[in-house]
Parts: sequence; C-alpha cells; structure tokens
Amino acid sequence: MSGPHPLLVVEDLRISFPSRDGGLAEAVRGVSFTLGRERLGIVGESGSGKSQTGRAILGLSAPEAIVSARRLAFNGVDLLRCSLQERRALRGARIAMVLQDPKFSLNPVMTIGEQVVETLRAHTRISARDARVKALAALGAVQIDQPERVYRLYPHEVSGGMGQRAMIAMMLIANPELLIADEPTSALDVTVQLQLLATLDALVLQRGMGLILISHDLRLVSSFCDRILVMYAGRVVEEVAAGGLADAKHPYTRGLLNCLPRLGEQRHPLPTLDRQPEWAL
Amino acid sequence: MIGIEARNLRVGYDGFIAVADTTLRVAAGESFGIVGESGSGKSTVLRAICGLAPLQGGSVRLLGAGEASLPLPGSKAFRRLVQMVFQDPYASLHPRQTVDRILAEPLAIHSIADAEARIERALDEVGLGTGFRFRYPHQLSGGQRQRIAIARALILEPQILLLDEPTSALDASVQAEVLNLLEELRHRRGLSFIMVSHDLAVVTHMCQRLMVMQRGQTVELLSAADLAASRVQDDYTRRLMLASVGFSREATQGETR
Repeated sequence: MSGPHPLLVVEDLRISFPSRDGGLAEAVRGVSFTLGRERLGIVGESGSGKSQTGRAILGLSAPEAIVSARRLAFNGVDLLRCSLQERRALRGARIAMVLQDPKFSLNPVMTIGEQVVETLRAHTRISARDARVKALAALGAVQIDQPERVYRLYPHEVSGGMGQRAMIAMMLIANPELLIADEPTSALDVTVQLQLLATLDALVLQRGMGLILISHDLRLVSSFCDRILVMYAGRVVEEVAAGGLADAKHPYTRGLLNCLPRLGEQRHPLPTLDRQPEWAL
Repeated sequence: MIGIEARNLRVGYDGFIAVADTTLRVAAGESFGIVGESGSGKSTVLRAICGLAPLQGGSVRLLGAGEASLPLPGSKAFRRLVQMVFQDPYASLHPRQTVDRILAEPLAIHSIADAEARIERALDEVGLGTGFRFRYPHQLSGGQRQRIAIARALILEPQILLLDEPTSALDASVQAEVLNLLEELRHRRGLSFIMVSHDLAVVTHMCQRLMVMQRGQTVELLSAADLAASRVQDDYTRRLMLASVGFSREATQGETR
C-alpha cells in the first residue's frame, strides 16, 4: 500500500508563540515521528502540545505561531516549502481534520447536507445533483441511519454523536489519505465514543488511510491505536506499542495510568501524579 | 447528617418527558451515583432536586433527625443545605467576576456574616490558598476552576452536594486530585453526595450505590460492589461496562449495526 515515501514524516517539529513579555513560549519542542497507513495515537494532558502538533501538520497554526522543523513531509511533498495555495489544496482533499466538539465546529446556519456538499465542491468539479448523491452516501458510510433526513437538519437538531459523524462524513468525502482527529470523541458518551471509533476503524481498514488520533484519554487511545506517542510539555516522552501500555516505562505515562479509577478496585485516596521537574527538560 | 428522598419525579418540556417517575433515596452521609448517556435525564434529576428544572410531578424531601423541622424544597434554607457543582468549570464561573466576588455572592444572598473569614477558609479547604482570591477565572486552570466551583458550593455549609459530572472536563491527573478532594470533604463534613457521571469507574470509585438511567427511566439500581463483580441485569449497563474497558474491534462489531 505505501509508496516510496512514508505517508508523513515529522522531524524535529518546533512551535513557539511570542509571549507578552517579548519572549517565546515553546509549545512543541522537537517532535519527530513517521506515519504509515496506520492508526497513531498522540496522548497528553492539556497544554502538552498534542493539538498544536496536529494543527501544524495541516498548516492551521495560529498566524503568530513560529513553526519550524527539520522535515515535515506528506507523501514526499515538503509542507514547509509549499506555497499557501498548495497547502490549501492539500487541506481537506488529502489531509483532513476532525475537531473536538461538533457543537462548535459545524456551521450553525447551514444544514448538514449543505456542509458536506460544500466540502466536496470545494475540491472537485461536480454537479449539484451528483454532489447530493455522494453526500448522502457519505452520511450513510458513517452509520447515519436516515441520511435523507439528517441531510436536511441543522447542527442544533442532531445529537453530539450524530454531529460528529456528520463531521467525519464531511472530512472523508474528498477521500483524504491522512485524517487527523483531535479529540473526536471527548464530547460524547462512552457508548457513542466506541461506535464512532468503530466507524473510524472500519474506514482506516477499507481505505488504507493514515489516522492520527489526538486525545487525553490514554486508556481509550491505547485500546484503539497501533502505536501511541505520549507527549509531555511539548516533547514526546515515550512511544508505546498497542496493548503495551502495561509495560510503559516513563514515570509520567505510568503515573497517568495509575491515577485513573478502575472498576472493581478500591483505592482511597487515588494516587495522584507527582510531577518531576526533569520530565519537562 | 441529612439524607434526601425524591419520589416519582417527573420533568417534561413541551410534551417531551425528560424524566419519568424516578424515585431515589439517599441515606444521610451516603454517596449515590447516577449513570447514563446524554439525554437519559440524569442531569435533569439533579436539577429537579435543587429546583432548577420544573417539576410536573413527584416530591422531594430531606431525611434526618427532626424530619418535620427540616426545610421544604423551594425555601431558602433548603437551597442552602442542597448545593450543586456543575459540569464545566469553564462555563459555570462568571468570567468577569473575581474569585472573591464569586464566593461572596452566595453569602450575600443568604445574609451570612463574616464573609471575609469564610472566603479564606473555603479557599483553604479546597487546597487553593488565599493567593487565588483576587484572580479571574481565565487566570486559573481547569482543575483550579473546578476547585473554586466546589468552594462556592461549600461556602454555604450544605449537607447535600449534587455533583453533575464534576470531573469530565478535566485531565486524568487533575480528575484524581478533584475526586480525592471531594471524598475528603465528604468524610470531614459528613456530606451526602448525589453524583452524575457517564464514567462507570469514577462513579464506582466515589459511590456506594448507583442508578442507571436510560431515556428518562431508571433501568437498574445496584451497589458498587455488584457492578465491580459484573452482577448486572440490564443490557445497557453491560454495554456501559464494556465501554469503560476501552475499544475492541470484536466488542463494537455488534454495536455499529
């Protein structure tokens, strides 16, 4: 499946923001990884730089952000030397992103169907009628029961899980090779979370798509992804293979796992994370 | 210590029944959990108990020694005894009020004297210290904000705390800290809790008994020990249990239709 290049190469990615006192706040400090057609998880707490990493790959960093890397290549295309037009052509068509909360990331005054069609028509020349047919098919592909009905609904008329499915449909309609999902399920219920992950899982398998799943939920990600990068204070502190969470070595990863309450275990008080300053070095 | 009983609660909005005939009884000093998916009515039960949702039927009363003299729902004294902590600390604190003012408001409403000392004590109790007193919510982290929300509820010295997903907006490490704080406060002050969550592990950690809700109905009532030993009757509860373990391709195959 994979061609001469890995799908994505990130080498020494650094992102910093000018702070008010004139200095630089470093959000991401030297992140490197390569991605094939697989499911990669990036886990970390808020402020660890996981979302910034995802956004930089897409070219969606805030305008004031200073992004640098030794290499940032998608399918052999050097993303850092791309013009803004080339970046824009990639975005949505070949690299897509699913955002956290469908309540805030869908357009509230457009129906779901119109939004899916808009994505499609932004990237391909297609008649309105064909676009509608394709959009309905896309809504069906993400397990939406009555695509015809949902097509006509506005985002506020659907549940969170349905909204998130619609967003995934919108992102997948242009057939991207890489999907970056930033906390796609955190706004949803546990049972809905799993259904949505199953949908994503099936799509990765069927289309041979690369997936980066960004989340703070270590347990969920470790049960879903092939590989997990654990981020802390802007760096990758550990890479864990699927199911290898129990063998995690870094004290941060272990501490994070340890402080989750577990079914059938009585630990009062719960152990808390004792942060060591050297983790952030 | 005071307990609380809700009988046949019924809440509806424009013909939609959000909660249908829900009955629960929380003994004095007990910690009771409500689990369910969004839209199951679990938060609405809490809101109905403290008077934030319109009751169409049913009744709420406090349980304890000298029951006849305990305040009735809707009274100011009842509201002082029954306080709520909301889900999202980013949305539940006034963005243009300092911590000091946020904490002073309930005291002013209930005409309680010595605000100064009480605010300092409340901040100490939630582990923040007085250095946080004149900050605005945007200058605090999520965990710190939730501590302020807890301090705001505790400052009236309630006996019953209604917790609506108090940690679902927080990181795992911060969640552990907030859960520990809540447990410690419960033991120290002899509080009764009703805690709503969709995370079974969190609820069984915090509560002795729990109720599973779906579509406004109670589907199962069980003890934390039952749940830990997988002695569950209802299919939905079983699905929730499975979900708390994580994703597995086999387990979700049947789910996705």
